[in-house]
Amino acid sequence: MEKIIAGKNITVNEEGYLTDFSQWDEQVGEALAAEANIPLSARHWEILKYLQNEQKNQVALSIRRIGKSGVTDIKEFYQLFPNAPLKTATKIAGIPKPASCI
Amino acid sequence: MKHIVILGAGTAGTMMANHLHHQLKHPDWEITIIDEREEHHYQPGYLFLPFDIYAPEDIIKTIEEFIPKDVKLVKNKINRILPADNKIELTGGDEIAYDKLIIATGAKIAPEETEGMKGAEWQKSVFDFYTFEGSLALRNKLRDWEGGKLVVHITEMPIKCPVAPLEFAFLADSFFKHKHMRDKVEITYVTPLSGAFTKPKATEALEHLLHEKGINIEPDFAIEKVDNERKEIVDYGGKVIPFDLLVTVPTNKGDELMERSGMGDDLNYVPTNKATLQSKDYTNIFVLGDASNIPASKAGSVAHFEAEILTDNILRFVHGEPLKEEFDGHANCFIETGNGKALLIDFNYTHEPVEGSFPFPGIGPLRLLKESRMNHMGKLAFRWIYWNVLLKGTHIPFVSATMSEKGKHYA
Repeated sequence: MEKIIAGKNITVNEEGYLTDFSQWDEQVGEALAAEANIPLSARHWEILKYLQNEQKNQVALSIRRIGKSGVTDIKEFYQLFPNAPLKTATKIAGIPKPASCI
Repeated sequence: MKHIVILGAGTAGTMMANHLHHQLKHPDWEITIIDEREEHHYQPGYLFLPFDIYAPEDIIKTIEEFIPKDVKLVKNKINRILPADNKIELTGGDEIAYDKLIIATGAKIAPEETEGMKGAEWQKSVFDFYTFEGSLALRNKLRDWEGGKLVVHITEMPIKCPVAPLEFAFLADSFFKHKHMRDKVEITYVTPLSGAFTKPKATEALEHLLHEKGINIEPDFAIEKVDNERKEIVDYGGKVIPFDLLVTVPTNKGDELMERSGMGDDLNYVPTNKATLQSKDYTNIFVLGDASNIPASKAGSVAHFEAEILTDNILRFVHGEPLKEEFDGHANCFIETGNGKALLIDFNYTHEPVEGSFPFPGIGPLRLLKESRMNHMGKLAFRWIYWNVLLKGTHIPFVSATMSEKGKHYA
């Protein structure tokens, strides 16, 4: 489906995750963060960039891996993106919601 | 003579030994399977043991009786795989050379990964049911537990049999009802996922059942620690859930052998091609069942479907033919829902579980994603099928290794 984010027509899935990363830019990230009531600081951006990079390298994202990444620890990750940090952060970063294997 | 070596004589390794010994025979081939253990456990039975539905003797047999006579069984601990030298190093120093290697060393719980989990309350008020010892200790606890807050908890994904904790919650509801003490027990289901399951349609059906049975659900809970003194689990976001009895599924990891051999990822799972089951790093190594990192369920049904496909692929590899990218992540699981009923789900990498009929489209007799007694009979019959059909590598009639889309109601 299409959604207007930061004045642009963006394709998202039913949960609001971008389906085409090429449509993402920092304004889109800011707008998605505002929807989640998260004002983005420099620390937020470091983590968002890290997540995008991992996604680019096709690394499966998990809370555990982020805890061991050296970029942040799990405590801080929760402080920056409260409640469900990985889901929130990936949405803002414009990358797919991490699939938990079943 | 060429040598094929299988590591692990659990569900996956045993099935593979039975498949391959029909195909790769003396004097051209020798097959060896290595496992240090004496017993083969029917792991799905661990779910039923705590509720006195199965007894220990129902779920334990010897490894030996399922290994074909012409396959050599080596009962020894494995120290390391030396993939560059095509050798296995056993504890004690003996080495076994291989031409082809199949890794089927499974996954196991690692409660030490979570602070306080294996603390003072371990097997007093904190239990697992993913080991025989844990399941038996929990049975003894439940026999005279007087009630209170029961918390059923998943630490992190992936886990073996991702539906088992849900089944545990459903069976607990049923168990306490039969003991006329359901009103004394508050059941809470705590999961790191955002709902009862990972796929939308099944989540909807399962959450409906949780609600119907009066089981609370706490989603998005990433555990930081178990507080043994206060009897609480605490998550990284600061959420606290008190318990009188905690039944947890600890972090699951692949075998430590992978760490010693430098062949695993951060959870000791072996990087594997999800369609061919070949190791990503070594062409003469294949990975079957829970030991791999493929994004399929860690479940016996998956290992069963994989084994059929892997047998073909190993024969192709042996004959110098290209591998077939055939495995589709097919899984087929019964979900016990208590009171003599069960659900059945059938899905793969790309198709989530939906309603329908199985295995005959439009006929059944099993119903997908709907509770029925017939599904429960199927689950109970499965123990016989496991021992007598599945482990022996016999094809289950009408159930194909790749998933069929027929008879399923995709929107």
